[in-house]
Order: sequence, then structure tokens, then C-alpha cells
Amino acid sequence: MPLIPVVLWTDALVFILIALVAGFAAHAARHEHLRDPWRRVLRSRVGVATLVVLVAFGLVGLLDTLHVRLKQDPPSATGEVRYSPEVLSLLDLALSGLRERQEKTYSAPFATHLFVKESMNQPDGRVLRDYPRLEHGGAHLEDPARQRAWDIAWRSLLGLVKGLIAWSLLTAGILWLMARRQGRALSEVRDAILAGRTPIPWRTALGTLGVLLALGFVAGELAFKYHILGTDKVGEDVFFQTLKSIRTGLLIGTLTTLVMLPAAVLLGIAAGYFRGWVDDVIQYLYTTLNSIPGVLLIAAAILMLQVYMSNHADAFASLVERADLRLLFLCLILGVTSWTGLCRLLRGEALKLREIDYVQAAQALGVGHFTVIARHILPNVMHIVLITLALDFSGLVLAEAVLSYVNIGVDPTMNSWGNMINSARLELAREPVVWWSLAAAFLFMFTLVLAANLFADVVRDAFDPRLRGGGR
Amino acid sequence: MTEPLLQVEGLTTLIGNGAQPVRVVDDLDLSLHSGETFALLGESGCGKSMTALTLMRLLPPSGRITAGSVRLGDTELLSLTEARMRRVRGGRLAMIFQEPQTSLNPVLTIGEQIAEAVRIHQGRSRDQVTARVVELLRAVGIPDPVQRVGEYPHQLSGGMKQRVMIAMALAGDPRLLIADEPTTALDVTIQAQVLRLLKDLQRETGMAVLLITHDLGVVAESADRLAVMYAGQIVETAAVADFFARPAHPYSRKLMESLPSAEKRAGRLAVIPGRVPPLDRVFQGCRFADRCQSVMDVCRDTEPLWWPVEGERGVRCHLWDPALGLAGESTKPLGEKPASAAPSPRIREDADSLLLRAQDLKVHFPIQRGLLRRVVGHVRAVDGVSLDLRAGRTLALVGESGCGKTTAGKGLLQLIAPTDGSVRYLGEELMGLSHRRMRPFRKDLQIIFQDPFASMNPRMLVGDVIGEGLQALRIEPRHAPRMRRVADLLELVGMDPEAADRYPHEFSGGQRQRLCIARALAVEPRIIVCDEPTSALDVSVQAQILNLLKDLQERLGLAYLFITHDISVVAYLAHEVAVMYLGRVVERGRVDEVLDDPRHPYTRALLSAVPVVDIDQRRRVIRLEGDMPSPSHPPAGCHFHPRCPDVIEVCRHAYPQETRLGETRQVHCHRVTGG
Repeated sequence: MPLIPVVLWTDALVFILIALVAGFAAHAARHEHLRDPWRRVLRSRVGVATLVVLVAFGLVGLLDTLHVRLKQDPPSATGEVRYSPEVLSLLDLALSGLRERQEKTYSAPFATHLFVKESMNQPDGRVLRDYPRLEHGGAHLEDPARQRAWDIAWRSLLGLVKGLIAWSLLTAGILWLMARRQGRALSEVRDAILAGRTPIPWRTALGTLGVLLALGFVAGELAFKYHILGTDKVGEDVFFQTLKSIRTGLLIGTLTTLVMLPAAVLLGIAAGYFRGWVDDVIQYLYTTLNSIPGVLLIAAAILMLQVYMSNHADAFASLVERADLRLLFLCLILGVTSWTGLCRLLRGEALKLREIDYVQAAQALGVGHFTVIARHILPNVMHIVLITLALDFSGLVLAEAVLSYVNIGVDPTMNSWGNMINSARLELAREPVVWWSLAAAFLFMFTLVLAANLFADVVRDAFDPRLRGGGR
Repeated sequence: MTEPLLQVEGLTTLIGNGAQPVRVVDDLDLSLHSGETFALLGESGCGKSMTALTLMRLLPPSGRITAGSVRLGDTELLSLTEARMRRVRGGRLAMIFQEPQTSLNPVLTIGEQIAEAVRIHQGRSRDQVTARVVELLRAVGIPDPVQRVGEYPHQLSGGMKQRVMIAMALAGDPRLLIADEPTTALDVTIQAQVLRLLKDLQRETGMAVLLITHDLGVVAESADRLAVMYAGQIVETAAVADFFARPAHPYSRKLMESLPSAEKRAGRLAVIPGRVPPLDRVFQGCRFADRCQSVMDVCRDTEPLWWPVEGERGVRCHLWDPALGLAGESTKPLGEKPASAAPSPRIREDADSLLLRAQDLKVHFPIQRGLLRRVVGHVRAVDGVSLDLRAGRTLALVGESGCGKTTAGKGLLQLIAPTDGSVRYLGEELMGLSHRRMRPFRKDLQIIFQDPFASMNPRMLVGDVIGEGLQALRIEPRHAPRMRRVADLLELVGMDPEAADRYPHEFSGGQRQRLCIARALAVEPRIIVCDEPTSALDVSVQAQILNLLKDLQERLGLAYLFITHDISVVAYLAHEVAVMYLGRVVERGRVDEVLDDPRHPYTRALLSAVPVVDIDQRRRVIRLEGDMPSPSHPPAGCHFHPRCPDVIEVCRHAYPQETRLGETRQVHCHRVTGG
């Protein structure tokens, strides 16, 4: 085998999360009351457009979640197969060009020369202080000053064409599938989509997909020869860093909810349904937790972990594993500090539902407490849970950036938008300003959070019974 | 004839956009004179409230008026700018709403809220405004108005709030007052007060009142003329006396026949099959055709025109088309006569069919205050109620809202743990049983709720809802046989067995109530507590449910505890009546005894306040002053004494003991002497 898979802690949790989501989707598909709001989400233009963007982010994150260790090329002297200690993700492998093309230090986007002057020994023995050529960025150009603009334009065009070809193939495939399922002619389906007459706004979805593919291919084509978002202090490609940061952001946003969900749902419903001393205990718990400043708690936990990890350095096989554990811990502690809001909401809802007639009727029919909770209360608070999750996601992504900025976030060796912004603190103080790390992190984070927020709005509207029937 | 105050012609209102707008008001004509009360009558979904909102130009955002004219005096309202319309609204044209609880701003004192209306429409100085507010409060009969000006809405009872709403409406000296179901949310005794107040005010100011209601009794007692609305159209207008003597449109007649009353006891109530059609389509022919008994071929394809009948009367029905020459037809009583149904077999009166006996049942809710939740008092929701339920008999528990009737019903079933007393079912004590030990009895004791929309889990299929008890009590744990029984049950309550695979929201209110009955029947109970099962339904649907309940009782020998505030339903359905006031039963007896010869002053007042359609049966209304006291601080002595017209000294000190009048009758009153 040329490689062995490695499953880190967070990877395992992501797989569990995907399994849960798939299970819920299968369950929802069989229940009209669950399927209906999601259908409404899919029928909204904003919904599908943001969904396409989120899926693109998700795919990148997922690629980055499948970790492997490669076989070391020259087998050891004893002939046994050995694997490199370095844990790489599929994304790393796919972008190995980007990963390996390191420069010496800062360089601006699309630059062909370094950002700082260096003393260079000329062949004739003189020492010249100038901006040296980059080792990789634009290295293929003989006369960068003259050729660069043309080269960039040509490669962009090439990328655009490739992107459009890929998009047309994909679109044709989707159209063919739709035509086959509906038993209609291909042209008919195409016309319906072009006119925007399909129930799901395919025109918007395919349009967004087209834009994304074109951008992706152009970026890919250019990144082949240039550092399209520049390089950082140690010469790493910033574009690569931002792509790697996607996984961190997504994990913080989703795993945290996975951690807090059981506690919030169970305790919230139990408090509202049983009332009495159960309610008192749970309320006491979350008011206490809520009155401790969250940042303080997170800082304490992360610092403790740091001490533990430096004392037990040999417990971790690799740097990646270490960083991963810290990420997991951050998710846990963020979950612990953020479940109270949802718990309080659910308690209130359960208090209301326990008095409602159908719960009373179930009690009159002798249905047990736990069946009542599972059958009558849980399904009727599910929409609140979903809305809260969707709304919380973007907040958590932003929280990661803030926490990493104050150094109590993810491991400094881990790529994350927060870390990038953190390092930008010094970069912005330079003259001339190194702006691209910050801009890149900002651009990607902004896109993700905006898409997530818009999507959350659509989800909330779809689940809001007051907006039913209004329909757009 | 003088110029009418309000003249509406060809008014058409659409709601919603896109391909299928809903025509909520369709080509509506009406006119109102000063000093007149005009009632707009109809079932829910007929466009009554939308008519009112159209007149006020207060339609929801997607609504628009597409045709017609509304003339108030000599002003055309539809062509006014919004700024000028705002001056008319609350000025010459005022409106009061159904729900006084939500129509007042809870953070402003009532004085400020009325003053706001006064300032806008009369622009007086500060002192004059205050004086005017007090004057208005006095006009609507609020005692001690100077004091009340500074109170907040939550300090007032429902009836008082509705009076405040009326005071606000009067602030601009309106010429026309639109009252949209002004008394629907109120109890009958309070309803009588408010209706009387409206009449008095009308006499003093000479304003016109457009009364929107679904209650035939209210119309009969307070209106001069009426219009019946059906599916966005007016189908009949008439003077009230003529209408009740001889309703002309088949729909009006059916509405009258579906009213329950004591005379219809022996048989079934007339029902109107089907429901009001959705208004988002284009109608061909008469809108009532599908539900009409006298439907003819012409009704299905030609829209009926407006035919005037003797004087001011008019009907939209082909039966009155002079060309068809059927005018006489419609005055004949229609086919199925209520009494023609086989008279119900008289229930055997054996005393050993006693199923459940509650003695001195008490449900007190502790009032907790402060950090440590110390108990500072009790709300005595039910304070010593004794009842007997017998197989095949219906006991009606009657009283105003807040008297504890629902709590008593739930206490009997141990859904709320009673504080004290005893509930014996077939001799076995139910009080204090744990959740598990209570289970065997759950099968026999069931409940049907008031609100058909809240009583079924919207996330469950109807089949699962109905089968829930069968599953929970392990009567039919396997799925396939359970679904077969569900199908049988659906058949039993007159629903299509296919309903099992659908969700509750796909059904109308009446259908849902049938489903709830099926759920209760699933476990083959012997007692069903019916908690106002028809009060959220329209009259015609109510008739269907009452018929069903009656049939089921005859076939299955069920005992009902029928909790209601509607006396006409009691007269139709019940065998015995217990009247509750502030947590206690004040009078109990056979239904004919209590309704024909009430002995307790409260029962008498309650019965007199019920609006009656039949003018001959109308009694003099005994006006009760004030509202029911809070059950956390019941008055000393007889609970009723502060409102009682016949109060004597002893009433203030001692709660009256039970006085037995005959074998079946008990009264708690000092003025009633036995024998």
C-alpha cells in the first residue's frame, strides 16, 4: 500500500456528524412535516445559491479531513515498509505543488520578486541590494516586467475556458439525469431551467456553480505559476493557507454544536417537562455557567491544556495530532460555554408544550413520560434546534478568529483564519504594509459567514409557521 | 326615507397576489342609517371581518380594494388620501375588536391610551383632555373613573377592557361604530353588560353600529337589520324580526335549524354538509350549491341574482327568481324535519349504573413568591366539588370562564393532581395513584379538548394519533391490527378511513374534533370529559359534533361530563346540570328542573343573560354588577354575595349549606328553603 489512512479525533467526529446528518436526512425524507420546510429552503433562490457555496466550502473541508501517511520512498535498509511520520490530508496532496513551492519570505500577490531587499552577490563579485527574483512565483518568465501582465491574462483565459468546459459537462450531466427522471426531452428540461420555471431554482444553482467553477479554475491555473495571494513571513503560499483554514473554521462551527446539542436538548426539555426540582437543578446549572465570562473559561481551559501538552510532549506522535487535540478541546470548551442559550429556549418551549392539549391527551391515554418527550415534545422543538444551529454556526466561525487572535484559539501551527489575522497584527505595522494575509483570511471568512448567515435566514423563514402560505 | 349614513356599493376586496388572489369580499352592497344597528352574520371564513377592515381601509399588506364605493355621509372613503383617511378613522368611523386583551397596550395606563385618542381627534388642552377621559370612562359605565384613569390594562378584567376599548372608540364622537365580534371573548353575563352598554350609547349619541358576529342570539337581541354573508357575498338582508320569523335563504334557514335547543332534544340537529369553499377560485353558479338541500340544476351553472323580497328584504338565491316561480317553495319547511328522526330511547334510570363519584374534590394551586418560593396563598380553582357520573348520561358542568370547570374535569382524570377530596371510579379510589398505578384506569377515562387545532400533534399522522392509546396501553401493540382498528374508529366518527395517512393540518376544525373523538374512543372508555368541544366551532359544525356525541352515547352507553358555557348546548344534550361559581357547585339538578326553574340567583342571572333567538322566550336580563372575584381571595360568606341581587345579611358571613329540593336537586343558597 502506498499509504495508510490516519483518523484523527476530529476526523472521527466529523464522520459521526456526517452519519448523523445523513440519518436525519433519511428520516426527514419520510416525514412530510420535516421534508416540507427543507423543500421550501431548496425552492428559495438565496437558499440554493448559498447552499452551493456552502457545499463548495464543505468539500474542501472534507478533503482536508481525510488524512493519510505516505510510504517513504526508499524503503529502509531492512526492507520493511515504512511510512513517513508526516500526516497529510488529501487536500495537502492535491495541492502539494502549492505546499512545496515555498519562498524565502513575504511576497505580494502575483509578484515575481520578493517583498524585501536582499544583498545579492553578482557574478562579477559586486554586492547588490535589490529585490531578488522569487524561486517559484513567475519563475518561468524571462522578462517579468514586460511579460507578466500578458501571461496572467492568458492563463486566466485558459482557466476560464477550462472552468466553463467543466461546468458544461457537469450541467449536461445534471440535465440528463433530470430529463431521465422526469421522462422529458433534454431540450424541454433546458428550456424550463432557462426560463426559471422549475420548482427548485436550478438556474440560480447552476449559475452559482458556474461562477464558482470558473473562479476555481482561474485560481488553479494561476496558482500553478504564481502566488496568487502572496506568501507569508516564512514564504508559505497564503492561498494554500486560506484553503487549509476552511477545515478549521468548519470544524469549529459544526463540532461545537455536536458537542453541546445533547446537553442542551436533554437538559432543556427535561427542565421544562418535569419542572420541580429537576428544573431547579438545571436552571441553577446554566445560570451559574452563564455567569462565568466565557472567554475566561476558554482561556483557563486552553492554558491548562497547553501546560499538559508541554509536559507530555512524547504522548503525541506528530505535530498534527497535537494541534488536532487542541482543536477538539477548543470545540469542547466552546460547546460547554454555548449550550445555555439553546437550553433556555428549549426549556421555555417545553414548559409551553407540556400544557398543550395533545400532551395532556397523551397523558390521559397513559403514555409514559419518555415516550411523551420523544414523540410529542422533541419533534415539536426540532425547528428551534435547527434554527439555532444554523444561526450559531457563523458566530462560532467568528469566535474562532477572535480566540486565535488573543492566542487562546487553535494551535499556532494549525492553519486558521484567526492565526492569519493574528500574524497580520505585525504585518500591518510594517511599511509598506503587508496586507494580503489579512485580506485573504477576511475574504474567505466573509464569504463563508455571509453564505451561512443568508442560509440561516432562509432556514428560519422556512420553519416559521407565521410565514407559511405567504410564499415567494 | 332619509339619506343613509353609510352607503357601500359593489365593494370588492382581493387578498394575496399571483395567479390566485382570494376574493374575500365580492360585490358587496349595504347601507346603514343613523341610530341603527346592522348585523353582519356568517360563519368563519365568510369575509365578515375583512368587510370591516375594508371599510376602515386597514387591510393587511397584500390586500387591495379593486372595485366599489364606500360613502360615509357625503365623503367617498375610498378616494381619500391616507392622511385624510386617518382623520376619519377613529373620528367619524371607529372600530372595536374581538380580543380586548390584545387591543390595549400593556405598558400604558388606560387613561393615557384614551387621552391619545381624544387628543388626536379633538385637539383639546391638557385639562380638557383629562376631563374628557373621565367623562368617557363614566359613559361606558366604569365605576370610579377618576381612580381608574391611572390603572394599567392588566389590572382590569376582560369586560372592563372591552369597555375601555369602547371608550377609546367613542373618543372621536363616531357616527358609525364597527364592532367586530365585540363579545365573543367574553362570558355571557359580561356579554349582556357590553351589549346593553352599546345599546345605551347608541340611544344617547345616535350613532350607527355595524355589528359583526356569528352568534344568532346576539343578533336577535341587539340588531335592527341584518345581512347574512356567505363566501364573500351577502346572501340575504332583512329586518331582524322578519328574518327570525322566516329566513329566506336556504343557508340562513340551515343556520337557524342547526342551533341546539331544548325543543330539539328528541332528535338530531340539522347540519350543513361540507364547508365554506375557498375563495381563491372563480365560481360558476351559486356558492352555496354544494351544501344546499334545495339545490337545482340552475344553481350549479348560473350565479343567482339579487332578488328583492317584500320591502327591504333581499335574497341572493334562485328560489326567489320570479321567472322560475318558486318563491313559495322556500318558505315551506325543508325536507328532513328534526323530529322525524327516531326519538332517542329513554335511558334507563337505574342508580347502580353509577360509574364515577367525586366527593369534595379540591384543586388548589399554590402561589409562590420571592427567592425561596415561599407559598403565600392558594388559588382555589376547584374548592369542594361533588359529582356523580352515570353510564349513558350526560352531566353538564356550566359556568363562566375562570370558575374552575376545566380544572375540575382534569382533576377528575388525575391530569392535574387534586389537593383533596375523593374520586372513586367503580368504587376504587383514584386519588394519589402514581403514574403507573393509574394506568389501568386510563383506558376508561378519556377527554376531548376545546381547541381542535392544539389537541393533535402536528408532527404525527392521524393514524398514529388515534392509535396512540392502543399502543401505550398495550391493547393492540402490533401495527397492522392497530391500523385496522383505527380505520374502524374513523368510520365510527364518520370520517374516511384514508384519513389515517394524512396529517392533522389537512383537516378543518370540525373534522379534527371528530378525530379527537376517535382518539378518545380508541381505548373504549366509559367516561369522556368533553371540555367545551364545540365552542371553537361554527354553529353548523357544532351541530355535527353534537349529533355525533349523542349517537355515540346511545350506541355505546358512554357517560359524558360536558363542560361548557353555552346554555343552549346544555339544553340539547345534557341530562343533569351542575352550575359552578368560583370553584364550587352552586346548583345541581335535572336539566329541565334547573333550566326551567333556576333557584340560585347566579343560575337565574346566567340564564337570563343568554341571548335567545326566540322573542317569546326572552326573559328579563338580570344584570350582574362587576366581575367574578379572584379565586385566590374568594369573598367571605357566600362567594356570590357581592354580586347577588337578593343578598341578605347572613350571606356575608356564612357559606350556605346544601339545600335539597326533591330527589335530584341541590342548591347552595340561604334564600332557598327546602321542602
